[in-house]
Amino acid sequence: MSTVATSQIKLTPERSRTSVRSRLQDALPKIVLAPSFAITIVFVYGFILWTIYLSFTNSKTFPSYVITGSRAYQRLWGWTFDTDPPSSWYTSITNMGIFGFLYILICLALGLFLAILLDQKIRGEGVLRPIYLYPMALSFIVTGVAWKWFLDPGLGLEQTLHQWGWTSFHFDWIKNKDFVIYTVVIAGVWQASGFIMAMFLAGLRGIDGEIMKAAQIDGATTFQLYRRIVIPLLRPIFLSAFIVLAHLAIKSYDLVVALTSGGPGGSAWLPSNFMYEYTFKRNEMAVGSASAVIMLMTIVAIIVPYLYSELREKPR
Amino acid sequence: MLRKLLIGTALATSFAFSAHAADVKEVQMLHWWTSGGEAAALNVLKGDLAKEGYAWKDVPVAGGGGDAAMTALKAMVAAGNYPTASQMLGYTVLDYAAAGVMGDLTETAKKEGWDKSVPAALQKFSVYDGKWVAAPVNVHSVNWLWINKAVMDKIGGTEPKTFDDFVALLDKAKAAGVIPLALGGQNWQEATMFDSVVLSTGGPEFYKKAFNDLDDASLKSDTMKKSFDNLAKLVTYVDPNFSGRDWNLATAMVIKGDALVQVMGDWAKGEFHAAKKTPGTDFLCYRFPGTDGSVIYNSDMFGMFNVPDDRKAAQVALATATLSKSFQSAFNVVKGSVPARTDVPDTDFDACGKKGIADLKKANEGGTLFGSLAQGYGAPPAVANAYKDVVSKFVHGQIKTSDEAVTELVKAIDDAK
Repeated sequence: MSTVATSQIKLTPERSRTSVRSRLQDALPKIVLAPSFAITIVFVYGFILWTIYLSFTNSKTFPSYVITGSRAYQRLWGWTFDTDPPSSWYTSITNMGIFGFLYILICLALGLFLAILLDQKIRGEGVLRPIYLYPMALSFIVTGVAWKWFLDPGLGLEQTLHQWGWTSFHFDWIKNKDFVIYTVVIAGVWQASGFIMAMFLAGLRGIDGEIMKAAQIDGATTFQLYRRIVIPLLRPIFLSAFIVLAHLAIKSYDLVVALTSGGPGGSAWLPSNFMYEYTFKRNEMAVGSASAVIMLMTIVAIIVPYLYSELREKPR
Repeated sequence: MLRKLLIGTALATSFAFSAHAADVKEVQMLHWWTSGGEAAALNVLKGDLAKEGYAWKDVPVAGGGGDAAMTALKAMVAAGNYPTASQMLGYTVLDYAAAGVMGDLTETAKKEGWDKSVPAALQKFSVYDGKWVAAPVNVHSVNWLWINKAVMDKIGGTEPKTFDDFVALLDKAKAAGVIPLALGGQNWQEATMFDSVVLSTGGPEFYKKAFNDLDDASLKSDTMKKSFDNLAKLVTYVDPNFSGRDWNLATAMVIKGDALVQVMGDWAKGEFHAAKKTPGTDFLCYRFPGTDGSVIYNSDMFGMFNVPDDRKAAQVALATATLSKSFQSAFNVVKGSVPARTDVPDTDFDACGKKGIADLKKANEGGTLFGSLAQGYGAPPAVANAYKDVVSKFVHGQIKTSDEAVTELVKAIDDAK
């Protein structure tokens, strides 16, 4: 009787000690993640809700917390159809369309092309790869200023070619309201295509050489090899690259400012420029918030199908 | 033992108390005058305050420009952490005053006689609801021509008195193969020039009605259409690469003699000084043709915040030093602007500065001192920026005719009001 009792007494504290310890161990990841989780909840999702809230107020210089309805959205909606002369909002969203489409498309095409060329087991790949990758290490401000000088007809390319004697050469897109957005595409592509190339290169290296050999034995031409085997195998890379590029495109702000300072008559604006301009310079915080919400919805429209497809495939 | 402890505690408390009651001998200042001449000009103020025993502490702003500073200020005020004072422009002061965060300097203002010496038009921004909330530092004026004298002599030009004279002068320069008009194609520069064009085309009354009172009838009048036509005329004299150029690069074109003239505020004079040029011999300053006698102004102000009591003495010292005649003279000689009070002697100023001071006095007395719409002194920022949009779109061709420009202007201003 007494032995049983002592053993029980002995056992209980030991058990509880191990259980405290193991419980702590179980909780450790949660404790470590808690601060960043809290920060994300407050500073990302909290402020998203706050921005949505503000977009329904009549906030001007300072936030105001009285809901006054959807006037900000109505104004944006009205501006969406102001095409002649183009309203700043219309310019911003059409530019977003042009820029986003060309930027993503050219980056993907150029990145894949460069990666395929680099994958031909050439000499000096170790030197070439960082050269293409390097622009990604620069900030958009540096890229913007460098290209601004390079594309300026009075300073850069045009001036240099004129000095070399090709005086009929003419390239003034950066000064032209109809073409300035394409210079943003050029600078953006220069910056990001090397990074996309690195992604594709990693993908190409991951393809099993045996498949390629099998295809060659079957008599596939190089073009067929890439068209039918390599590119389809790279599908996940395409998806990742697309997501990276899409969010880079939609948050481009500094590139436009540094490269064009808004362009002639504001013709190079992107929605992010519109948002900053209205919120902080024009003291129309409600309109700025509404435009930010619309930008968010655009991103959601892209990201959610991606997440859906990712999460759906997991259980298999 | 117990007694000792009590005395000790009492002493410690009294120390703490007295330390709390004493004034903080420090001025916290948010500003973006960090480059060459402006920083040097501000050192004069730092020196004046140091003599009275006040230390100067800059509130750091990342990014430099005024926009970054205003964003930082917004965050500071939202957090309840007011600086002693902040460099502010126009309607920003009134916005913050309406939000109830500005201090009250009326006592100091009375003692120093600011009511009489500061032009009434400026008091619209430095006085809110009968209380002085800001100390104006300077008065810039916008309706100036800056001309390279060597080029002017070469083409045999004389001071243009009317808009037509001006066009004739530009034609002469064109014929001589010089770029007639140096313009930076950024919306605020185009709109700043358009301020002068409107004053020249419509006269002082019209300018006030259209750009200060935002009177619909004036905004859509034929005079406004004519103003846009005149602007279009001027734009035909700029070089093809003007779009996006910074204002100081346009000034540099005039300094180097590549261009004849720039229409710009008197901050352009700072660039001429930095290039060691003298007014009268190297460059000429004229009022924009047809605007002599009127002044379109903007002004830098030090907005004074509602700081805790122990920091109020430092604030008063800062405000008094800012509007002291000696600082007003010393600062504005360097900055290129003119003093914000009309009773400062002009002995230290150059020819352009002397003219500026005389013009300001005359305009103040004659009621022809108007806020610049492009610089945010004619209407709140939402309206001012809507105006800049329209002018810039007109200059760059998104808006094609002056009829359309006027319609758009009325629409944009109504929308932003």
